Amino acid sequence: MLAAARQFKKDASRITADRRHRQIINTALDQYALKRDQKKTLFKDWQEARRIAAATKWEAVNHLDRHLEQLVLGLESRGTKVHWASTGAQACDIILRILKDRNARTVVKSKAMTAEEIHLNEALERAGHAVVESDLGEFIVQLRGEPPYHIVFPAMHLTRSEIQNTFQKKLGDAPSDNPEELTMVARRVLRQTYISADAGITGANFAVADLGMISVTENEGNARLTAALPRTMITLLGIEKVLPRLEDLALFLPMLATVGAGQLISGYNTLYAGPRQPGEPDGPEEYHVVLLDNNRTALLADAEKRDTLHCIRCGSCLNVCPVYRNVGGHSYGTTYCGPIGAVLTPSLKVLNHWKHLAFASSLCGACTEACPVAIDLHHHLLQHRRDASRDNPVWWQKIAFALFAPIANSNTLWALVTKACRLGQKFHPIVLGTKLDPAYVWTRTRNLPPFAPMSFREWWTRRA
Amino acid sequence: MVDETRMSERDNIIARIREALRLPSPHSLHAPDAVLSGRVDQRRVLPAAGSSFENRVDLFAANSADLGATFALLPLPERLSLELKSLRDSQGWKRIASHRGTLTDTVCAALDLPVLLTDAGYEKRELATCDVGITECDALVAQTGSVLVSSRGAGGRALTVLPPHHVVLARRGQLVADLPEALALLRAKYHPNYPSMMSFITGPSRTGDIERILVLGAHGPKKVTVYLV
Repeated sequence: MLAAARQFKKDASRITADRRHRQIINTALDQYALKRDQKKTLFKDWQEARRIAAATKWEAVNHLDRHLEQLVLGLESRGTKVHWASTGAQACDIILRILKDRNARTVVKSKAMTAEEIHLNEALERAGHAVVESDLGEFIVQLRGEPPYHIVFPAMHLTRSEIQNTFQKKLGDAPSDNPEELTMVARRVLRQTYISADAGITGANFAVADLGMISVTENEGNARLTAALPRTMITLLGIEKVLPRLEDLALFLPMLATVGAGQLISGYNTLYAGPRQPGEPDGPEEYHVVLLDNNRTALLADAEKRDTLHCIRCGSCLNVCPVYRNVGGHSYGTTYCGPIGAVLTPSLKVLNHWKHLAFASSLCGACTEACPVAIDLHHHLLQHRRDASRDNPVWWQKIAFALFAPIANSNTLWALVTKACRLGQKFHPIVLGTKLDPAYVWTRTRNLPPFAPMSFREWWTRRA
Repeated sequence: MVDETRMSERDNIIARIREALRLPSPHSLHAPDAVLSGRVDQRRVLPAAGSSFENRVDLFAANSADLGATFALLPLPERLSLELKSLRDSQGWKRIASHRGTLTDTVCAALDLPVLLTDAGYEKRELATCDVGITECDALVAQTGSVLVSSRGAGGRALTVLPPHHVVLARRGQLVADLPEALALLRAKYHPNYPSMMSFITGPSRTGDIERILVLGAHGPKKVTVYLV
């Protein structure tokens, strides 16, 4: 077994047995589900909204070249500098060079999964920059030296007292475990950071192709401040984030908020059209947009899974996934976790290293149903399984199926083997629970159902 | 040198995209013609928005209450200064920040407090010490309870988000029904010279990052007050 798979199995086994963790996650996600469903009912036709959203993203992604060229033209027309990066390392280099040119040392960042994907913080810190995450959840996990637990709720796995401890240890300031007081501690610390930071880095939720604008969604106002006060602003985004027209936001903004956080619309939905324009009192002197490929074009070339690029990173597939809810966000060991992570990671990295994620699925289809842009997630998990067993067949599975096929194809053999199994099961209790049990892997955590006392065929003949 | 590598990566990525798209997507059923030609009617699926002015006011008021924002419809423009004065006294404002505008000018003159005007540039630290940011807006959106502001129409980027209290002054005609109307308004008003920032502000700044418990005033304003005159 490969290292990533071993790690996944180890972490997942530990977390699934952790009752406290289950309780925290279930409470948080049950509250979310309630609010999400309330907001969904406000839409006149949610299913039709999904169809329109899926079709809009289909158009964006299947004419990506045209949309990107339009986007860049619009951005450049108002003085934005656009950079292209094929790999994560290139994107980090571009950002480091911008900071160096501007003599910028301290950087304030608002939440960006793309930055997690390319390990931007590590690269910046290695080069001697001070980086502060400004989203409260990200700020907390950054203080703890952890990766985000969830695409939308990075610190969902922590209790207020754990956060109080972290603040006490790292900031020396935690008056109580009251969420409001803890939030105010972070507010005080970060206010100073926005004002003194040399550069601000943001992610993006959408890029409006026809007008050349970047759309950023948030609730806290941290991205707004990150984009308002530092002299240099940098936005890092995956090339798949485009929407064809400004008007598409009228649908995507409320849909993202509804499935992402159970809100009708998020607190701040902001369009950035460029650096400070003539006559404007503030805003960055320079605005840089870094467009990141990092294997997205490889996924685009896979027509079968191309719709994975429709993803708007709302996290709704994580929230409904029975596997995610049991193994938690950190067990995956990937930037993107949950069903979308299990589909994306093998495609963006190496299938053979990450195929175990596709197998860690009940194929229940809850993710596909939850997806606002109708990505066929659970079928993509199946396709990964198919490709993985085609490319790297497992030896014992090959032998098992080679034996099974002739038995299942012959009446006599089938009757003989099932009879033998029925007989054999009588002696099962002798070895049950020990490693001598041939079904140990199964029986360790589950019951083995008993074989029926007679087969249907036997019953049919005796009935007469 | 820098520009050369930038250009070549651009060409590489675009070439890879074109190569990838030579294989058509099997999900073309996702794409009805109406969407592809941009003529889809989003109002068919979006939450309802009021048809008359009174409906829109009611909807905006209900959304504001839900969000923890304060909203008041003032029948007479003269009432505005009175309202702001009583807010000044109850909140104990010492110093206000604002920008030039017909409504803001009247209010700032009436308030009789030191004013920081952001229009011609300002000191960041000074703005951070102001108790309130008083701005005009581009539109109010009834459907969502949002305030649409821009860096051109509301005193820049920071004025609407740095002070702990944001007071919005809007005119009757600025209350639009829904998001499609608000976006159409942006296009009609600014195309092609857009402000560098346009933002839909919906309620006070909020977070649920600690145990999913709602806290108002994460980084932006803790209070938002909207007056429609």
